[in-house]
Amino acid sequence: MSSADLTSERDLPPEREASARGDIAPERDGPRDTGMDDASLHRWLARTWRTPPGIIGALSSVDHKVIARRYLITAFLFLCLGGLNAVAMRIQLSGPQRGLIGPDLYNQLFTMHGVTMMFLFAVPIVQATGIYLVPLMVGTRNIAFPRLNAFGYWVYVSGGLFAWVSFALSMAPDVGWFAYVPLSGPEFGPGKRADVWAQMITYTEVSSLAVAVATIVTVLKQRAPGMSLDKIPLYVWALLVTSFVVVFAMPAVMITSTFLILDRLVGTHIFNPAEGGDALLFQHLFWFFGHPEVYIIFLPATGMVSSIIPAFARRPAFGHLGLVLSLIAVGFLSFGLWVHHMFATGLPKLGASFFTASSMLIAIPNGVQIFCWLATLWDGRPVIRTPLLFVFGFFFTFVIGGLTGVMLASVPLDLQVHDTYFVVAHFHYVLIGGSVFPLLGAAYFWFPKITGRMMSERLGRWHFWLALVGFNAAFFPMHIVGLWGMPRRVYTYPAELGWENINLFISAGAVLFFLSFVLFAFNLVHGALRGTPAGDNPWDAGTLEWATSSPPPSYNFARIPVVTNVEPLWAERVALPVASGLRVDARELIISTVAEAHPDIREKSATPSIWPLLAAIAVGATFLYSIFTPWAIVWGAAPIAVTLVGWFWPKGDPEDEE
Amino acid sequence: MKRLASIAFATAMALFLQGCAGWQSALDPKGPAASELAWLIWFFTGLCAVVWVLVMAALAVPLMMRSRQHAEPLTLDASSDNRKLRVVMTAVGLTAVILVGLTLLSFFANRTLAAIGSDAALTIRVTGHQWWWEVRYEDATPSRILTTANEIHIPAGEPVRLLLTSTDVIHSFWVPSLSGKLDLIPGRMNVLDIKADKPGVYRGQCAEFCGAQHANMGTFIIAEPRAKFDAWWNDQLQPAAAPTSDEAKAGGELFLKRPCVMCHKIGGTPAGGTVAPDLTHIASRQTLAAGTLTMSRGNLAAWIADPQGVKPGAHMPVVDLSGDELNAIVAYLEALK
Repeated sequence: MSSADLTSERDLPPEREASARGDIAPERDGPRDTGMDDASLHRWLARTWRTPPGIIGALSSVDHKVIARRYLITAFLFLCLGGLNAVAMRIQLSGPQRGLIGPDLYNQLFTMHGVTMMFLFAVPIVQATGIYLVPLMVGTRNIAFPRLNAFGYWVYVSGGLFAWVSFALSMAPDVGWFAYVPLSGPEFGPGKRADVWAQMITYTEVSSLAVAVATIVTVLKQRAPGMSLDKIPLYVWALLVTSFVVVFAMPAVMITSTFLILDRLVGTHIFNPAEGGDALLFQHLFWFFGHPEVYIIFLPATGMVSSIIPAFARRPAFGHLGLVLSLIAVGFLSFGLWVHHMFATGLPKLGASFFTASSMLIAIPNGVQIFCWLATLWDGRPVIRTPLLFVFGFFFTFVIGGLTGVMLASVPLDLQVHDTYFVVAHFHYVLIGGSVFPLLGAAYFWFPKITGRMMSERLGRWHFWLALVGFNAAFFPMHIVGLWGMPRRVYTYPAELGWENINLFISAGAVLFFLSFVLFAFNLVHGALRGTPAGDNPWDAGTLEWATSSPPPSYNFARIPVVTNVEPLWAERVALPVASGLRVDARELIISTVAEAHPDIREKSATPSIWPLLAAIAVGATFLYSIFTPWAIVWGAAPIAVTLVGWFWPKGDPEDEE
Repeated sequence: MKRLASIAFATAMALFLQGCAGWQSALDPKGPAASELAWLIWFFTGLCAVVWVLVMAALAVPLMMRSRQHAEPLTLDASSDNRKLRVVMTAVGLTAVILVGLTLLSFFANRTLAAIGSDAALTIRVTGHQWWWEVRYEDATPSRILTTANEIHIPAGEPVRLLLTSTDVIHSFWVPSLSGKLDLIPGRMNVLDIKADKPGVYRGQCAEFCGAQHANMGTFIIAEPRAKFDAWWNDQLQPAAAPTSDEAKAGGELFLKRPCVMCHKIGGTPAGGTVAPDLTHIASRQTLAAGTLTMSRGNLAAWIADPQGVKPGAHMPVVDLSGDELNAIVAYLEALK
């Protein structure tokens, strides 16, 4: 490691450091930014941090912004595919006994809808937003482990392609997104469909674990000088907590899918009750992941809300500490509720009641967040722009989802509504209301930062109202039809039950909701091509991502800012204080201390490399092959080892030789 | 926009009221368990609606305000923030109180439900199959044990104990107007006590996704006065009615020669298959193929001639029959009252 020139400043308060620009140790191993004029600084940094030209160069990119843009676009495409699944299902259900789609296709459709939305859209898109924003918000030049981050994207793409090519070949999973055994087991799930489910899970989990690790390290070790724990933006806190939840939850589902594929491929009987296995074990393992999964999707969205509200309410978030503690509390509590997905399995009544209590409990930290946001808005009339409208939409819908969640937490009540359209309504209110509405708000909010152009406000308002009306028309009546006795996952229903009018109404709402996304897509493209130039900080927001140009340069910040407030741009209206001393001819970052964010050492960030892509291809091919034979693990180990050796081959830097 | 919203709301309410009269509805309780649950649903819904309205009101407050109190975002009014802190703390406290109340309510409702079937005299074993229900009436006298399918007759006004299990995948037994649902899990036995207050037919269906024909796995609980129920049981214990017409006799012989006999049982004949529904008194049932078709000569013929068209993916194979053979078998089955 490079000797830490900045360590001499450790005892100084960060503000001093900024003024101490000149007195950092003399150059020893290359030109530094200290005292360099802006034009040559830009030239140096642009050359050092650029993504290499050409196709190979593009595929080698390790720039967090480039990777994140790819993630965002890919996840949006998967959202469209998952949405088309939903529209197809709604057309089939628009009337009783319709023959448009048979059970075989319908069961693949709802499985692909769930799998796509959960694993290929929701988790990747919230993580991708984090990949883009977290390094900017903490004031660093790239995400930690940039090659791992690139690898994560390629594995995610191959997992998504794997699932959708299977669907095109009519061998997509047809067992529901939670694929309960024995239905997905060797006896009742013939063919390769359930194997596709099991391995697709593995792809996407590997990728989200990679992102989680990179995010955690970025937040804990790469924060700008002065950004002590109490000055970390709420969005970054949300991503940090989410990443920890990912790290602890994802292994559970990888174990579940691995056990399943072992049962199917190797003949273990882990889930086979006839051989001493247990079918319910699958559900416990799955939901131990599955419930935190909801919060993996929801917590980053709360971070978005916590970013958007202060910008338009024109004040820092009320109850910053309370909001942070709520995030952490939700992160912990999310692991204690999984059994409320299993109340109908006939668990001992007292044990089940414990999970009623714990499920009710998580409503308290979520309530704290809602109340703090409301209090933030109470200072006066906020500036009402599209991002804030979507946050209002979030309140309108998510609170309904949260309250029906309280209903589902009650064991006896759950037994009437479990596995009915009531539950379908509930989780769409939570996931769309709680996560997609904030995401749409975030899209309008950060689009100018990513593209340098504004999205149309006029279209944005149309989009908002269409989405709000369409969403509620599609999903609110589902509560009712669920109480009328309509179970979920039925490809048709008899005419004599009186469900046809309400289902037609739901289908019409679903089409409306889908159209709102068409309008959104148009607004995205229109904004990217014709939008009015945005400038660095179009909303006059206070966090660091707005301190750099829009779109940001490859190196993010010409000089690393020094943070004096939780909303640094509001505290330093004239110019941000900056730290200096980093080399400009090598990819150097400041590594800071975990709690106080004192600059500690200078560390090199990885250079572009094609190896992460090659490693992802090797891993992807191994996973694909492994649905046919367990020997795939043996044969696949060789190419994976080769690509990893290439990836980590020493470069001969002094750092490596030390 | 407001107009649109109010039209949508009115439509939704109209639909809502229309559907309350359904015969498979949690909001149309016909037994003590479902009544308790319907009350609980309405109570939770009412309370949640109040909370939602309050939150929306709190959200509307800033929209009513005229302007900002301060120009620079970091210059905050400490006394106003203190006031807010008190409001937020009160709201959090109220939330906690409401949640504790609901938890206790739910706990005591669960106790009430558990007490409903404590004195059940009749035990029925319900086994889930892809995609039908095997129903076995337990009795201390072996000759009185009765096996039927899909329709469960019970005495009205008496608690009945259902033992739920499965031999293939997980199913869930749910008759919303009588009780909440409970899963049928291979290798496990769940106990569900139900009680219908009055005679009537209550529809239910499988609630846990169980494969291709999950949508067509209906069941009926037919509650009857005790005397009628006892008579039904005695009737069902009788062997199958011997065919009377020539066509039906030919049908009976065909049934035994064709693959039908491999899977189905008809009491009093050599047909003894147990992997598919018992057909001894099939014509006494109201529906075919677990609620998929109503019982009639035409539907019987349709189901036998083209099971994969009626219920794609069902385990009933297509048996190659000529038109006359089909008619004969239908005539035979139609007489199995």
